Amino acid sequence: MAAIEAEGLRRTYKTHTGTLRRRAKEIQAVRGIDFEVAAGELFGLLGPNGAGKTTTIKMLITLLIPTGGSARVLGLDVVRDALEVRRRIGYVFGGERGVYDRLSGYDNLRYFAELYGVPAREQKSRIEGLLELVGLRGREHERAEGYSRGMKQRLHVARGLLHDPEVIFLDEPTIGLDPVGARDVRATIASLTEAGKTVLLTTHYMFEADALCDRIAVISRGEIVADGTPDDLKRRVSAGRVVEVEVFGVADDALGRMRELHGVVAVAVEEREQAQVLVVQTEPELELTHAILGCLKGADVGRVSYREPTLEDAYVALVAE
Amino acid sequence: MKTIRFVAVSWLLQFKMIMRSPFDGIGNVLYPLFFATTAFFVFRAGDSPRTLIYASLGAAVMGMWSSVSTSAGSAMQRERWWGTLELLVVAPRHFVLVLLPSTLGLASVGIYNLVATLLWGRFAFGIDLTIEHPFLFALAVVVTVLSFAGLGLLFAVSFVRFRAAWVLGNFFEYPVWLIGGFLVPLALLPAWVHPISWVLAPTWGMSAIRGAALGGHPLRDALVCLGLGAAYVAVAVLVSQRVLRAARERGTLSLT
Repeated sequence: MAAIEAEGLRRTYKTHTGTLRRRAKEIQAVRGIDFEVAAGELFGLLGPNGAGKTTTIKMLITLLIPTGGSARVLGLDVVRDALEVRRRIGYVFGGERGVYDRLSGYDNLRYFAELYGVPAREQKSRIEGLLELVGLRGREHERAEGYSRGMKQRLHVARGLLHDPEVIFLDEPTIGLDPVGARDVRATIASLTEAGKTVLLTTHYMFEADALCDRIAVISRGEIVADGTPDDLKRRVSAGRVVEVEVFGVADDALGRMRELHGVVAVAVEEREQAQVLVVQTEPELELTHAILGCLKGADVGRVSYREPTLEDAYVALVAE
Repeated sequence: MKTIRFVAVSWLLQFKMIMRSPFDGIGNVLYPLFFATTAFFVFRAGDSPRTLIYASLGAAVMGMWSSVSTSAGSAMQRERWWGTLELLVVAPRHFVLVLLPSTLGLASVGIYNLVATLLWGRFAFGIDLTIEHPFLFALAVVVTVLSFAGLGLLFAVSFVRFRAAWVLGNFFEYPVWLIGGFLVPLALLPAWVHPISWVLAPTWGMSAIRGAALGGHPLRDALVCLGLGAAYVAVAVLVSQRVLRAARERGTLSLT
């Protein structure tokens, strides 16, 4: 039995526009996705902002009711058996919210230990062990309002593990952290599967998914556009090549023309100090430099370089499709 | 046993948070004194010591009520802002039980309001309050606090469903001062108001506290107050699952 199963999972939201003349509008956040996560696996749901990652995770942890399809966690239906699902899962999300700032880190954990029914005689040792694991030992009696973003994030991770859940959902746990803080959180995540936990991680950092996940599903505009191991995804673009063009002030219509060129797989723009760098993925065996530069008439063009595609490029190509 | 421990520990932590909040803390310290001062100046014109004691007790319960009616709504709103509401919903406990320590904590602050108002009246205005039935007075205060917590719980559950409902908490604050007979005897109000007063636990709590302090039969009022408090909790339990399901269907739990 898979630890997590989603079959045709779908979620739409109803929103309203206008003030006096209100019009209902339906937004399809998740459009019928299917995936399975095996017990003990670290599975990554990778996608850009607004792709449907958080909506998917919220359906799986029973915070949102799906508008279509079904999902099971440890064989339990997330709608029908919501209470039992909640007992057996942990949920951690990124950012500074989700912490009681006026309480100490220790009191935060104590409250959630009570909330999750951790036996009184086990609470102290459990909390102390988790403080050690996430590196907050020695700071636990300070009010959480004085914690750095990274410390709050680590407190989140400790909170999510308090009741020793079998399945852990991590929603962008390293978002906004500095590199050292993010590395520490990633090390903690890696240790979870070593302890036999099943982990579903959402992220929009390709390198993070590559470093941590056994398998990845790439989600874009509410649909899964690719899934497999990190190596599988890399192979999808390994035959292509990447042209990088340094440019100052590129117009949107130039990008549109470039995307329509025969042989161009994906175009992305990266901001680097004063300049922008166009990252153009092309099919192999095609020489498109002249055509690409032809689309940039009127813009100041700097250095042009070539390189092999990386996993990041695979991701960009997938979500741009 | 686990449930009692959960409520006790959560109440303690909620109380800690309320006391550490500059807004709630200073508000709860100062508001009762403002209420009391206003009531004393208004009723001093009557020139009767008994009227002043009547006003003193009324001002005390005003403070208790204000603490619950306004703070229960803003407490839920703060859970939304802090991003903790979703964590509470996703916990494997009955949602009403999760909210109870919060509203109980706020109602407990009401005890301070009562004591502060009576002491303020004693030392700033020389109102000497002699309590006729000390035991029944203590019982009436406890019952009033519990029933306020029950009403706060019902408010809190509705605030989870309706995001703008916390404004209603402020809206209810002042009419109940009047309808609950805090400052003016109910007999002076129009007859059509009476049925509204009767379904409000604050009316009976107020009456029980006054009866115990000034002489009378507070036990019946205290029991009605307790019964109404229990009824509010029962309604909160009944509607909470429906309210939560609606919020999960609409996806409004994460919205501020």
